[in-house]
Amino acid sequence: MTTLREDRPVTRKPPAQPRTTERADIAGRGFSLASHGFLIVWAVMVTVPLLWSVVSAFKSDPEIFTSPWTLPSRWRFDNFVRAWNQAEIGSYFLNSVIVVAGGVILTLLLSSMVAYVLARFQFPGNRIVYYTFVGGMLFPVFLALVPLFFVVKNLGLLNTYQGLILVYATQSMSFSIFFLCAFFRTQPASLVEAALLDGCTHWGAFFRIMLPLAKPGLISIGIFNFLGMWNQYLLPLVLTTDPSKYVIAQGLANLTVSRGYRSDFSGLFAGLVISMIPVLVVYVLFQRRIAAGMTAGALR
Amino acid sequence: MRYGKYRFILSFLLLPFVLYLVFVISPYLQAFYIALTDWQGFSANASFVGLANFVRLFQDPIFWIALKNNLFLLISIPIIVIVLALFFSSMINFGGSGGTGPRKAGVRGIAGGKFYQVVYFFPCVLSVTVIAVLWQFVYEPKNGLLNGFLSLIGLDAFRQVWLGDDKTALAAVLGVSVWGSVGFYVVLFTAAMGSVPRELYESGLLDGANRLQTFWHLTLPLIWDAMQVAIVHLVIGALDTFALVQILTVGPGGPDNATNVVALYLFDNAFTYSKFGYASAIGVTMFALTLVLTIVAFRLSRRERVEY
Repeated sequence: MTTLREDRPVTRKPPAQPRTTERADIAGRGFSLASHGFLIVWAVMVTVPLLWSVVSAFKSDPEIFTSPWTLPSRWRFDNFVRAWNQAEIGSYFLNSVIVVAGGVILTLLLSSMVAYVLARFQFPGNRIVYYTFVGGMLFPVFLALVPLFFVVKNLGLLNTYQGLILVYATQSMSFSIFFLCAFFRTQPASLVEAALLDGCTHWGAFFRIMLPLAKPGLISIGIFNFLGMWNQYLLPLVLTTDPSKYVIAQGLANLTVSRGYRSDFSGLFAGLVISMIPVLVVYVLFQRRIAAGMTAGALR
Repeated sequence: MRYGKYRFILSFLLLPFVLYLVFVISPYLQAFYIALTDWQGFSANASFVGLANFVRLFQDPIFWIALKNNLFLLISIPIIVIVLALFFSSMINFGGSGGTGPRKAGVRGIAGGKFYQVVYFFPCVLSVTVIAVLWQFVYEPKNGLLNGFLSLIGLDAFRQVWLGDDKTALAAVLGVSVWGSVGFYVVLFTAAMGSVPRELYESGLLDGANRLQTFWHLTLPLIWDAMQVAIVHLVIGALDTFALVQILTVGPGGPDNATNVVALYLFDNAFTYSKFGYASAIGVTMFALTLVLTIVAFRLSRRERVEY
C-alpha cells in the first residue's frame, strides 16, 4: 500500500495545476450552494405541512379559515383540552398506551425466549421451527385479515385489550425473532456455561444473564415495535368496533372521516398534534438508532 | 450440565409457538380455504364453490379498476421516490465544498447533511393515519394549505378540488405517498454511498470524469444492493396504500373508484358487505401478486455484484 502511494508521483504527472484547482474550487462551491438549495426546498416541503398543523392547533376556527399563514393571535391551549376530553382523544390515547405497552412487552418476552433457544441450542427441528417463525414475514397481512377476525371473535377477544395485544405481539414475532436470533448468536456463550457449572438452571441463566446482556438488542427491537404498534391502523380497524376501545390512529381517522372536520377544525388539529407527540419524543431520543434500525430492517 | 435441556427448550418454545400458530399460521392457511367457499360470515353454512370466486373476481370491473390504480402507483411511486432519494442523497454525500489540494470538492459530504437526514426521515416514523389526516387538511379545497399556497403566489387558476376530482385524486394520493417515503430512502442511500471508499471517486475525478459520469459509472453500480432493496420494498408497499386511500379519499375509494385499490376493495367486501369468501379470494390474489412482483422486481434489478 505504501509503496503504491510512493509510486504515484513518478508514474503520473502532478495533476493539480493551480489554475484548474481554483476553477474547481469555484465550481465546487457553486455546486455546493445549489445542493443546499435543493435540499432546503425538500426540507421546507417536509416541515411546512407539519408546522402548519401545529400552529393551526393553537388557532380558533375562524382564524384557520381567514388567516392560514399567520401565527395565532392568542395561543389557545383550550383546543387541546377540548380535543382530549370532548373529542375523546384522551381515551383513545390511553387505549393506545395500554395496548402498545402490552404488545411491546409481550413481543419482547416471547421473541427473546424463542430466539434464545433457537440461537443457542442444537436440537432436532431447530431449523424447521426457525423458518416457521421467520417465514411469516413473507405473507401480506391482508391475506390473513378475514380469518384473523374470526379467530379473535371465536376466542371472545373482539373489542378487548387482550385481543389486540395478542394479535400485535404475534404479528411482530417473525421480524423480532429474526432480529434477536442474530443478536443472541453474537453473545458470548462462556458466561452462560460458567453459570450452569455453578449450578444455575437454564431458566436462571436466561433471565439473570442473557436478558440483561441482550439489553441493546431488546431496546432496538422494542423501539421498532413501539413505532409499528403505535402507528397501527388496519388491525384495530378490523378487531375493534366499540368506539370506547378505539386506539388513537383509529379514533383520529374516525373523527376526520365520519364526523367531518367542519365541526371542529382546531380541535382536530390539536388531536393530530397529540397523536404525534409520543412518536416525536421517541424519534428525538433515539433518532440515530431508529434510522439505522429501520433501514437495516429493510435490508433483511 | 445438559440436564433439563429439552425440558428447558420445550418450556420456552411451547407457549410462543402455540400463540403464533393460532394468530398467524392458522389465519394464513384458513384464508386459502375460505377463498374457495361462498361464506357470508355468520351462518355456518358455507359451501365449497371451487374457483368460482376467482372467476367472478376476474370479471369484476371494480377489481380491474382497483388493480389498474395499484399498477399506476406501483410503477410511479418507485420511480419518483428513487429518483428524488438518489438526487438528495448524492447532494448530501458529494455536495460539500472547500478543502484544497487533491482532496477536492465533489467527494465531500455537505455541511449539515445529518440535519437534512433527520428532517427528511421524520415523516417515516409518523403513522400513515396521521399523514393522511394531515394531508386531508392540506388538500382541503376551500381553506387547505395547497390551494392557499397557490393563491398566495398568484396561481389561482391551478386551484383544484384535489381529492374530489377523479382526474387529480389518484395523483394526490401518489403525492402523499412520495412525501412520506422519500426520507427513508435518502437515509438508506446515503448510508450506502457513505460506505463506498472515497478514493474511488477521487481517482475517477482525477481521471477527468465529471460528476454525472462518476455518479452513473461509480456510485450507482456500487450501491446497487441498496437500490434493489428499495425497488422491492416500494413495489410491495405500493400494493398496500390501504390506509392512505381509506382515510384520505372520499367514498372512500374516490369519485368513480378513481382511487380504489385492491386492499381497500378487499376490506370493503369483507367488513362492509360480509362477503368473506370473495374477500379471501382477493387476499389470495394479492398474495400471488406480491410473490410474482417480488420475484420480477428482483429479476429486473439483478446485476453483477460489484466488489470493492
